[in-house]
Amino acid sequence: MAAAPQSADSNKGGGLIGWIDQRFPLTKMWKEQVAEYYAPKNFNFWYYFGSLALLILVNQLVTGIFLTMNYKPSSAEAFSSVEYIMRDVDWGWLIRYLHSTGASAFFIVIYLHMFRALLYGSARKPRELVWIFGCLIFLLLMAEAFMGYVLPWGNMSYWGAQVIVSLFSSLPVIGGSLVEWIRGDYYIADATLNRFFALHVAALPLALIFLVIAHLMALHEVGSNNPDGIEIHDHRDEKGRPLDGIPFHPYYTVKDIMGVAGFLLLFCGVIFFAPTFGGLFLESPNFEPANPLQTPPHIAPVWYFTPFYAMLRAVPSFAGTQVWGVLVMGAAIVVLFFVPWLDRAPVRSIRYRGPIYKVMLAVFVAAFICLAVCGLKPPAGIYPTLAKVCTILYFAFFLLMPWYTKLDSVKPVPERVTGHV
Amino acid sequence: MYKNWLLITIALLSAGTAAADEEGGIALLSSGANIKNTESLQRGARNFMNYCSGCHSLKYLRYNRMAADLKIPESELAGNLMFTSNKTFDTVNSAMPKDAEGWFGKQPPDLSLMARERGVDYIYSFLKGFYVDKTRPWGVNNLYLPGAAMPHVLAEKQGLQKPVFKNEPDEHGSARMVLVGVDAMTPGALKPEEYDQFVRDIANFLDYAGEPVKAKRQSLGVFVTLFLLVFFVFTYLLKKDYWKDVH
Repeated sequence: MAAAPQSADSNKGGGLIGWIDQRFPLTKMWKEQVAEYYAPKNFNFWYYFGSLALLILVNQLVTGIFLTMNYKPSSAEAFSSVEYIMRDVDWGWLIRYLHSTGASAFFIVIYLHMFRALLYGSARKPRELVWIFGCLIFLLLMAEAFMGYVLPWGNMSYWGAQVIVSLFSSLPVIGGSLVEWIRGDYYIADATLNRFFALHVAALPLALIFLVIAHLMALHEVGSNNPDGIEIHDHRDEKGRPLDGIPFHPYYTVKDIMGVAGFLLLFCGVIFFAPTFGGLFLESPNFEPANPLQTPPHIAPVWYFTPFYAMLRAVPSFAGTQVWGVLVMGAAIVVLFFVPWLDRAPVRSIRYRGPIYKVMLAVFVAAFICLAVCGLKPPAGIYPTLAKVCTILYFAFFLLMPWYTKLDSVKPVPERVTGHV
Repeated sequence: MYKNWLLITIALLSAGTAAADEEGGIALLSSGANIKNTESLQRGARNFMNYCSGCHSLKYLRYNRMAADLKIPESELAGNLMFTSNKTFDTVNSAMPKDAEGWFGKQPPDLSLMARERGVDYIYSFLKGFYVDKTRPWGVNNLYLPGAAMPHVLAEKQGLQKPVFKNEPDEHGSARMVLVGVDAMTPGALKPEEYDQFVRDIANFLDYAGEPVKAKRQSLGVFVTLFLLVFFVFTYLLKKDYWKDVH
């Protein structure tokens, strides 16, 4: 019918899709990335969090656009404009709670997603770049969340920004002028709020989207890992399709929609019944406008930063400078990038690893959660000591990995994946 | 197997954090305020406008929004609740001049978000916490906000309370007096239960003022949850059907 006379490609059909396909690889991309992307059939519970992270990213982008329509990024009006959104904008309260709860949900999902990689060796060769793009996303997400937290211009926003930005002042030589450059003023002020707004709504989301695309492209190039940590592409049928693989669409699209439904139950439960989540997701002192003359009784960052904040406080000053805490906190993130090379076990999945890795991973998770608690609490009582011990355990997990993963016993790895749930 | 390790980890963690949880200070009273009790909110609005709004504003709450949410007729609103404005779309402003700092040592704070900042129990406790203290400018101090700048506006309702001290040795063993509570001294116009209800209504109203949509949000949440439960069942069945041929 409408076959283009010069078309040599018999794969390209007619109609609107055919017209597009002759000009843009629409069907080709759909097939390669979704309909004929073969994923292992044995994905379990831990494999929901990737698609959920994408869902939350979209939620943050969409609700963020609507918040931007009513928010005023000036130190005089920011706080009132948030209350305006909460009270006078139609459904503004829902949009704001979707965004504020989404921020915390993002970190919960990302932490579980990263834990999955540690369980099943998903960072190992050939998926090093998938992991590195992921670590970069995590890093940018922290910057994005921090700047977003400053925007409501509550008292915790203000003093949180004060504490975090001041960290850079401990760097030798350049510290002072660097902090001034970041703030755009001699203290946290209107100029700071303006630039954080620009970074939060334009620069960082854009960078995040590019990195997410890179993360997915790298993943689809090498193929997904699975709970058995073995390559499904080693066993193919006569057409070259992996025997233990199933097309992402429709199998994982319908499965992930079920995951989305389960996630939304919890997510909406928080939004409608506990949007502040007991002061963890929205902190009580942040309902007071920023007051440069009065600090909140106890300054703590939002819960998802507290493990790293606890490490910062755990390191004592040495040789007259506090810079060591800042360096340790930075190193806690940097060390993540090296996981693919630190892990020397001959198997990927925890299912076929020996007891040492299991103990180390359990201790690591315990230390990370303890650090989160320490960071929330004032540095008194047992918390400073606990934070010091847990900081050491956190780094021990990564830095001793080359030795204990090699020492550890392994179980025989199956040829084919072991069933599905 | 690794699941066992995770369980052990979680058990250890909860034991560790539970042991370490402890905060000082005098515990707040439980207000028993219920944001879905419209009559309580109406009484709270009346009490607030008559006894609090002279000094404290609610600059994010509009009169007409309040009237609609609390089912107060507009006629009642203008006659009995609006003392500082005659436009129903105005927010609740106080009669206090901007330089009242000289009168109290501190500008009376706006209370729009006090319930969100400190909690409804704090407001209830605070209004029950005034006791006689001759060293303070207004002759009263507060159990829950030591050194409070506010006079006991409701003293006529509650009567006066006296502080209760306890002799407690400090860490060096020397005796010192510690403030542990308050006790009734002179009776007020209201019986103690009546006064409790009076301030409970104010606390409840301020909880409403902090988030006017709160009651609606919670009732909407029930429907959202029910919908998602049904949606989850359908997605589960859909997944099960599609996955029949995966072995």
